[in-house]
Amino acid sequence: GGMAALLLLLLLLVAAGPGPGRAEEERERRDALREELLLSPLPTGDVAATFQFRTRWDADLQRGSVSHYRLFPKALGRLVAALGVRELHLALTQGFWRTRYWGQPPLQAPAGAELWVWFQPTVTDVDKAWKELSNILSGIFCASLNFIDSTNTVIPTASFKPLGLANGTDHHLLRYAVLPREVVCTENLTPWKKLLPCGSKAGLAVLLKAERLFHSSYHSQAVHIRPICRDASCLAVSWELRQTLTVVFDFFSSGQGKKDWSLFKMFSRTLTDTCPLASQSKVYVDISPKNKEKELLEVSPPPTSVHEAVVQGDKKTYAVYDLLNPSLFNTSRSLNVQLKWKRPQDSSEMPIPTLHAQRYVGGYGLQTGEICTLIYNTHPYRAFPVILLETVPWYLRLYVHTLTIITKGKENKPSYIHYQPAQDRRRPHLLEMLIQLPANSVTKITIQFERALLKWTEYPPDPNHGFYVGSSVLSALVPSVTAMKDMDLEQSPLFTSLFPSSDGSSYFVRLYTEPLLVNLPTPDFSMPYNVICLTCTVVAVCYGSFYNLLTRTFHVEEPSRGGLAKRLANVIRKFRGVPPL
Amino acid sequence: MAAPLVLVVLAAVTVRAALYRSSLAVFIAERVEVASPLNAWKRVVEGLALLDLGVSPYSGAIFHETPLIVYLFHFLIEYAELVFMITDVLTAVALYLAIQDFNKVVFKKQKLLIELDKYAPDVAELIQTPMEMHYIPLKVALFYLLNPYTVMSCVAKSTCAINNSVIAFFILATIKGSAFLSAVFLALATYQSLYPVTLFAPALLYLLQRQFIPIKLKSKSFWLYTMQYASLYLCSLVVIICLSFFLLNSWDFIPSVYGFILSVPDLTPNIGLFWYFFAEMFEHFSLFFVCVFQINVFFYTIPLAIKLKEHPVFFMFVQLAIISIFKSYPTLGDVALYMAFLPVWSHLYRYYLFYKKFLKSCILQMLHSRLRLCNLSSTPATVLRNIFILSCVLIFCSFLFPVLWHLWIYAGSANSNFYYAITLTFNIGQILLISDYFYAFLRREYYLTHGLHLTRQDGTEAMLVLK
Repeated sequence: GGMAALLLLLLLLVAAGPGPGRAEEERERRDALREELLLSPLPTGDVAATFQFRTRWDADLQRGSVSHYRLFPKALGRLVAALGVRELHLALTQGFWRTRYWGQPPLQAPAGAELWVWFQPTVTDVDKAWKELSNILSGIFCASLNFIDSTNTVIPTASFKPLGLANGTDHHLLRYAVLPREVVCTENLTPWKKLLPCGSKAGLAVLLKAERLFHSSYHSQAVHIRPICRDASCLAVSWELRQTLTVVFDFFSSGQGKKDWSLFKMFSRTLTDTCPLASQSKVYVDISPKNKEKELLEVSPPPTSVHEAVVQGDKKTYAVYDLLNPSLFNTSRSLNVQLKWKRPQDSSEMPIPTLHAQRYVGGYGLQTGEICTLIYNTHPYRAFPVILLETVPWYLRLYVHTLTIITKGKENKPSYIHYQPAQDRRRPHLLEMLIQLPANSVTKITIQFERALLKWTEYPPDPNHGFYVGSSVLSALVPSVTAMKDMDLEQSPLFTSLFPSSDGSSYFVRLYTEPLLVNLPTPDFSMPYNVICLTCTVVAVCYGSFYNLLTRTFHVEEPSRGGLAKRLANVIRKFRGVPPL
Repeated sequence: MAAPLVLVVLAAVTVRAALYRSSLAVFIAERVEVASPLNAWKRVVEGLALLDLGVSPYSGAIFHETPLIVYLFHFLIEYAELVFMITDVLTAVALYLAIQDFNKVVFKKQKLLIELDKYAPDVAELIQTPMEMHYIPLKVALFYLLNPYTVMSCVAKSTCAINNSVIAFFILATIKGSAFLSAVFLALATYQSLYPVTLFAPALLYLLQRQFIPIKLKSKSFWLYTMQYASLYLCSLVVIICLSFFLLNSWDFIPSVYGFILSVPDLTPNIGLFWYFFAEMFEHFSLFFVCVFQINVFFYTIPLAIKLKEHPVFFMFVQLAIISIFKSYPTLGDVALYMAFLPVWSHLYRYYLFYKKFLKSCILQMLHSRLRLCNLSSTPATVLRNIFILSCVLIFCSFLFPVLWHLWIYAGSANSNFYYAITLTFNIGQILLISDYFYAFLRREYYLTHGLHLTRQDGTEAMLVLK
């Protein structure tokens, strides 16, 4: 019996051996992982580290024939197929990217959770698919995305265009929601890391240690899924999953005033090996010379190559470490990129980004208020338009007739305006405007609102902390100072290629302003019973007095024979010989 | 008689024009007591701005005016201040003419009843003399135009003034006996704010009385006239609603105006009873209590119609007061409308003076004889018992509204309960005021038929009680 079983097993092995092997080879060609880490010192002395992991799969997820997943995470792949998702962008962010001081980020996200999805035209009930999707994503990423409902979902008409391959841009297939109150922490990072083909075991992902990542000024992790062209002829579709993670470390204040840093200082880890599944694994360090001076900084160990590119209108120089290059790990067992400043940098001359914005709440008291947005265009001679998207919850009642846009002391009429007023407990306000920003100008946009009194059950815990209003979104094609060359998107570093650049003279920027914290008037939460009793008493007083007057008529009071007390008194009086009462 | 009215109008217009030009105008316009979500001027402007943007004003939760208001202010937005001043003046003039006519009717009826010996012999003091009645219409106009509530409401450009005007014209048409115009204006008033539908009953009673049709359920002519008036009313209502539909080409205004009035989704504080109650309500009881509170406006109409079928104008006054207390978004403008009628019932107040006279004689009696205790409650003068206290309550509340609002909203040193408490007091004050008037009215009617000096069977002075 044992002999026969062994024989059978052998036979089976022989039969199965060559088949899957060939298929696997084929699939290996069909999906690829590229990972990279961009380290850029920021003007203020902080350091931004941007991880990008790109899984590209030459298969059409929508056709539904896909059953075997290799690099592409199955959870997301099946989600895309089942719910008819064409494009999915999810970002979970803690902190605020200070564009004014840190410059333009490769990918910015608003504080809290942001989700925007384009659905396939075949989806009939988009709202249902959206609800289902946000609930599933909520489970996958352990985030409160299930709080996305009609009160915080909007359909922008102009701000969010598909980033991938798309044949139509009917904005009814788009849904956008921000949860500014969402707190991002380790429990969101772990499922995100699990989606990586090597997990956090090998490659760049070994650096992703929660205890360091969340000890930072800014942490943003994102997932972008989109269909892209398989090749230059664009006859077939490939699917791309980009997982990005941006973190900003404050070394100036935590590093005893020194701006020097190393991988180990940042992540308390060094790079030791590569992910065997990755076809590309690179570390870029931004060593662009500032103020046309000679290099002020030095990186060690010496980079494998130097890459020059024009990124977001700026000429940049990057030191590149190719982890797949065997010579890199030859000299030492691990790679610990270090950067040292040769002499102290004068921080007074910080480059100001061409487009940046600021937002705050004006006014005092709990009755009315004003949302002010300042948009700066610091370009010396070029004007450009910007699309502003403002989503305001219904409990701040916006008055669109109070909207004023002032540039250089004059009124600036928006060339496009889309306003959808809120409905109580159902829909937020949506305001989208296309505003022309003249060169070297500040545009001030103000709109007044009224604070609603809510039902006592509608307030979150700690109601006097206030209510968050999500960031407003600025999308613009910013004219660049330096001309950009057209690059092959497949070859260029990942951080340059998510947003399509239209031509060499301008680049796309999406900025998010600060989220707002607005206080609303509150009822007394300890009072429901008292209020119900007191108000009902007043109603009862009215009812009582009217009932009296309506049902009774006037009568002359006849002397009564008296009650028991009177009769008793009379009996006693009789005994005493006094006349009765 | 016209000259004093012109003077009153001039004074009123001057006060309003001066306030429009002062810095107080902005402060008043922001007051929640005069500008409710239903009729705030800011929301009218917002609705028109939405219309300009190509968005239906009813697609949001801000605008709750009727399409006719949209249409009116689409053309007159530049002259809004003028429109509101004219509206107030028109309301006052309509009330003036209505009360003038009503007084004539009252006087005639009184004369007739005296001639028919329907009144008790010793009620000469209770009879209204033409001298007293002469100034009542002017007082009504004065009470409306120079009432601080009306002035504030006008300066805040609350569209409540327009609703009041429509109701005033409805009263005028009813008292003049024009069933058609009365029905049209009642339909307009209903269309504007829904609650005036309850005024159907007093108007019908008045018109029936004018036509000398007996109010008997078995009478054929009664039903004929009722059907006639009801169909006039319903037809005008349908016409107005269809007209509104054609103005904006959508039915969106129905849920946005009437749904909003009935379901009370906006809990912005006001002088009414609804906002805090529903802010503090448990969610699953909410619908039940909305029904309970809304029914209050309609609930008293039929009993009042039975009790006051001989006095439809007083019925109208009581019903207006009930509307202003129990409507979901009341403002001071609504209060001002029924307060304008107070001079009409000043003969009820007169007994207060009589009462004082009596008190004095009582005390003298006590001092001189010490034999007999003065039975104050048995005097016929206990009419309008609490008018002084209630006036004080209402005046103090009016001053405390902005103070407590400031403490809650701006200073942060008080909480919502403070403002809520003052709205409760204000409403208690209103309720007691109206029931006091009602009580006094009924009592006077009793005296008129049974004589002022009531005696028991044994001949002693008797006390009057409600049984």
